[in-house]
Amino acid sequence: MTDHRTVGDILRGQGISRRGFMKFCAATASMMAMPPGMVPAIAQALDNARRPSVIWLSFQECTGCTESLTRSHTPTVEGLLFESISLDYHHTLQAASGHAAEQAREQAMHENQGKYLMVVDGSIPLGNPGYSTIAGISNIDMLTETAAGAAAIIAVGTCAAFGGIPHANPNPTGAVGVSEIIKDKPIINVSGCPPIPVVITGVLAHYLTFGTIPELDKLGRPKAFFGESIHDRCYRRPFYDKGLFAETFDDEGARQGWCLYKLGCKGPTTYNACATTKWNAGVSFPIQSGHGCIGCSEPDFWDGGGLYRPLSATTADIGTTALLAAGAGAVAGAVAGRLNKGAKSQAQAQHEKLTVEDIEES
Amino acid sequence: MSVSVERGIQTWIEQMDAPTASFFTTCVHCGMCADACLFYTETNDPKYTPIHKLKPMRRVWQQEFTFWGRLAKRLGLSKPVTAAELEEWEPLVYDSCTLCGRCSMECPVGNDITYMIRKMREGMVAAGYAPEGLKGATSRAIRIGSPMGVKVPALMAQIKAAEAETGLTIPVDQEGVEYLMLLSSAEIMQFSEIIGAVAQIFNEADVSWTISTEAFEATNSGIQIGSSDLAGELVQRIVDAAEKLQVRYVISPECGHAYTALRWEGPNLVGRSYPFKVIHILELLEELRVEGRLRTEGMEEERVTFHDPCQIVRRGGIVEPQRNLLNMVAKDFVETEEHGTMNWCCGGGGGVSANERAEPLRRKAFNRKKHQIENLDIAKLVTACSNCRNMLEEGLENNHLESIEVVGLTEMLAEHLVIDKKEQVAATAQE
Amino acid sequence: MTETDFLNWVRGTGMQIALTVFLVGMIYRLLENYLIGRKKSLAEPKGDEWRHGLNTVWRRSLLHSNLTTRGYFTLVAGYIFHLAFLITLFFFAQHIEMFKSLLGFGWPALPPLVITVTAVLGIVALIAVLFHRITDPVKRMLSDFQDYLTWFLTFFPLITGFLLITQSSLPYKGLLAVHILSFELLLIAIPFTKLSHMVTLVIARWYNGAIAGYKGVQS
Repeated sequence: MTDHRTVGDILRGQGISRRGFMKFCAATASMMAMPPGMVPAIAQALDNARRPSVIWLSFQECTGCTESLTRSHTPTVEGLLFESISLDYHHTLQAASGHAAEQAREQAMHENQGKYLMVVDGSIPLGNPGYSTIAGISNIDMLTETAAGAAAIIAVGTCAAFGGIPHANPNPTGAVGVSEIIKDKPIINVSGCPPIPVVITGVLAHYLTFGTIPELDKLGRPKAFFGESIHDRCYRRPFYDKGLFAETFDDEGARQGWCLYKLGCKGPTTYNACATTKWNAGVSFPIQSGHGCIGCSEPDFWDGGGLYRPLSATTADIGTTALLAAGAGAVAGAVAGRLNKGAKSQAQAQHEKLTVEDIEES
Repeated sequence: MSVSVERGIQTWIEQMDAPTASFFTTCVHCGMCADACLFYTETNDPKYTPIHKLKPMRRVWQQEFTFWGRLAKRLGLSKPVTAAELEEWEPLVYDSCTLCGRCSMECPVGNDITYMIRKMREGMVAAGYAPEGLKGATSRAIRIGSPMGVKVPALMAQIKAAEAETGLTIPVDQEGVEYLMLLSSAEIMQFSEIIGAVAQIFNEADVSWTISTEAFEATNSGIQIGSSDLAGELVQRIVDAAEKLQVRYVISPECGHAYTALRWEGPNLVGRSYPFKVIHILELLEELRVEGRLRTEGMEEERVTFHDPCQIVRRGGIVEPQRNLLNMVAKDFVETEEHGTMNWCCGGGGGVSANERAEPLRRKAFNRKKHQIENLDIAKLVTACSNCRNMLEEGLENNHLESIEVVGLTEMLAEHLVIDKKEQVAATAQE
Repeated sequence: MTETDFLNWVRGTGMQIALTVFLVGMIYRLLENYLIGRKKSLAEPKGDEWRHGLNTVWRRSLLHSNLTTRGYFTLVAGYIFHLAFLITLFFFAQHIEMFKSLLGFGWPALPPLVITVTAVLGIVALIAVLFHRITDPVKRMLSDFQDYLTWFLTFFPLITGFLLITQSSLPYKGLLAVHILSFELLLIAIPFTKLSHMVTLVIARWYNGAIAGYKGVQS
C-alpha cells in the first residue's frame, strides 16, 4: 500500500499555501533552535519527503498521549503534518481491527523493512506477559519484533520513555520504558504526561526533514524541548527570587500569582517546554492556572513524595523514624553509660592510696 | 603499690566524670584557651595551649569511655599512653600551669580546663611523674607538717616576736574559742608580721581565736602535686585539730590554694562535711568591717592596685571583700584593666614556685603581670597571698620595678588600725 | 541511577538514614557521657549551681576579655561563620519547608537577598577559618583529621546551596540532590565528631557555670 506522494504533495492537496508552508518551516526551525539559514533546507526536505511509514504501538497506556496529539480545535500545519505520515498501525485511530489490523502491521513492516518509524506509547511490563497483550502477543514480544526492522523509535509519553505511572511504586507489573528493552536502535524519548502536541510534531518534523535524531539530553529527550527547566522559563520566577510564595491555593499569594514552590511545584527539577510553548496552542500551562508543575516529563515523578510536597521537604516518614531512632539511642546509650560508670567504679574500688613513700621513691 | 604508668591510667579512669567527658566531647580545637594562658601569651609557644596539656588523658578517655575508642582499642588500632609521653607532658602539666583558671573562663564552648588539669595531675603523680621540687615539698608537708620544713619551735619563735611587738598575748591551743587561725609557712618565715597584725585586729574586734600547734599549716602540697590521698591527709590534720579545739570557724589565711584545699576540696577529700565553717581571712575582715568592728584611720596617699590571687578570687569566690577593705585605707586605688575574676596569675601558684625547673618559664610568664601594672604608675601592689607576694616581689625586681612595694592586705589594714583597747581582751570561751 | 532516582532517594531514604544516625548517635553520646556521673560536693555551697550554670550557657557567647589578634580573628570569623550558617539554614524559605516536613511547624523566612548575602559571608568566613587553622601555630598543632573533615562537610552544603540559588546554568536536579546529600552527611557526622558541640556546648557551659557558681563565681 505504498503511497508515492511526497509530504509537499499532501500539504498542497490540503490547501496549504506556499506562504503558509514556509511560515511553518520557519516556526519549526526556530522551535528547534536552528538558524534561519536552515529554513529553505527544511522547506525543500519536507517538500520532497516521502510519506514515511509509521507504526504506532500502544502498550500499558491511558491513551492520553494520543489524545493530546490529536487535540486540535483548529487545524494546524502540525496536525496536517501529522496526517501526512502514513500511519499504518494505531489502535485508537485505525479503522481496521482484529487480525486485519495485525496483518496491516506485518505488511507495513515487511514492505518498509529498516525504514519505518516506530512510535510507542505506554510502558512494557517485564513481569507476567499476560499483564498486557495485543492479539495474544505480549507487549515485549511485539516491541522487540517490531523494533527489529525500525529505523528509529520515538517513545511518546513518560510511560514509554521511563515507565510512567505503571512504573510507580510498587510497580506490580514490572513496567519499564522502551529504552530499558531496546538497546540497538536510536530512541527519542518524548516524555510528558502527556507531552505537548507540538513537541511531538516538532520531533517528527525534524526526523522527516533531516532523517536524523535531534540532539538528545542524558535521558534521551530532544534538547530543543527538554533542554531547560520550567523554573528557568517560568513567568512567576521573579516571585521565587523575591521570596514571595503562595501558602495555600486560595490565599492572597495565590491570587497575586506568586510562586507555587510551597505548594509542591516541581518546576526547578522538571525539563519541558511548558513554560514557553505552553498548552492548547499556547493558551496556558499548569502554573499559569495556579497549580504547581507536577514534573510529568521526569522519570519517577510519581514517587517524588507527592505532588503537593515542596521539593525541599523530606518524603520520609519522620515521626516513626525519629521515635524509633531516639528509642534505640536511649537504650544503647544507657547501656554504654552504665558500662562507663562500671569501669570507673571498678577502678575506684581498686584504688590504693598514694603514700608519701610512693612519691619519694618515684 | 608503687607508681607506674598503668597506675596513672587507672587513676585517670577513676577521675573520669560526666563534666570531663562532656568537655572532651565539646572541644572544637579553636585554641582560644591559649589566649587566656599567661604561659602561652608570654612565650607564643603553642605547646602551652591549655587544652593541649590534657592530650594523654583525653586519649585514655577515648579508649576507655567512648564507643569508637573502645572499638579501636579492641581492634588493636589505638595508641596507648606511654611513659615517654607522660615524661614529655610533665612540664606542660606542672611547669606551665598554675591552675589559675583563666582558660576555664575563656573557653567559648564552656570547657573547665583547670578542672581537668587537676584530674590529670592525679594520674601523673600516681605514675611517678611530678616535679622534683614539688615532690620534696609534699614529702616535707606530710612528714614534717610544712612544705618548707617549718616546725613548731620556729612557729613559736615568730609568735613570741609578734607578742613582743604588739604587747598582746597570742592564744595558742586554746579550746572553746570561735576561730582557729591557720598560717602558711611562707607567712611564718617571711611575712610573720601577719601574726601581729591579725592579733591586733582580732583584739580590737573582740574576736576569740587561737593558733594550733598541731595544725598551723594551711598550705596543701597534696593539692598542688595532685594527689587527693595526700591532700586529704593534710586536710585531716586541720579537721582533727579544729574538732579537738571545738572551734566554730577555721580561718584560711592569705594563701591561695589553701582556701581551695580547705574550703572547696577539703570535705570531699576527708569524706564528710565539717562540723565547723571555713572562712577566709578576707571574708572575716569584711564581716568585721560591715559590723563596724574593724575601724581604720588615715589613708594611703600613694596610688595602689590589687593583685587578685587566682585561688581566692576566680577559683574561690571572694571578689568584693578585698576591694571594700582596700578602699577603707587607700585613697587612690586603681584597678588593672582586667581585674577581679579576670585578673592575671602571678605565675607561681599551683606548685610552680616550688618547682626549680620551671623558673625560667615562670620568669617569662611574669611579663603578663608586668604589662598589667607597668603603666598604672602605682607605688604599692597589694595582694592577699604570700606565694603571690613572693612571686610579685621577685618579678618586679627582675624587671627593675623595685620601686613598687608589694604589701599584704591584712598587714596594710593593721597599719591603719584604730587601736582603742589598751589591754588585751581575754579570749572568752564559747557560751 | 538517574538524577531523579538520586534526588528521590536523598529526599526519602537518605533523610531517614541521616536522621536515624543523628538521633541514635547523639542520644547515645549524651548518655554515654552523662551516666558516668558527677560526685556531689560535700563543701557548703556559696551560690546556686543551676542559676549560674544556666547563666553561663548564654553568657559564654558574649564577647570575651582582651584577646590577642589571633584570638580576635578566631572569635570574629567564627561568629560570622556560625551566624551566617544558622541564618541560611533556618531562615531560607525553602529550608523552612524542609523543617516543616520534619517538625510539623515552620516560621517566617528572611528575604532571599538577605540569605544570599549571608551565604556569601558564611562562605568567606568559613574559608577564612580554614586558612587560619592551617596557618596559626596553635590551631595547626591542635588540629587533626576530623577538624578538616568537618570543615569540608560544613562547606559543601553552603557552597552547593549558594550555587543553587545563584548559578542557574548548573544542572539543578543533580545539584539539589548533592546539596541535600551534603546536609545528610553533615547530620551523620555530628555525633561522631567535634560537631557534636552544637548540642553538648550547652552541657559543657552548664557544668562550667555550675562548678564555678557553687563557689559563688559567675564564669
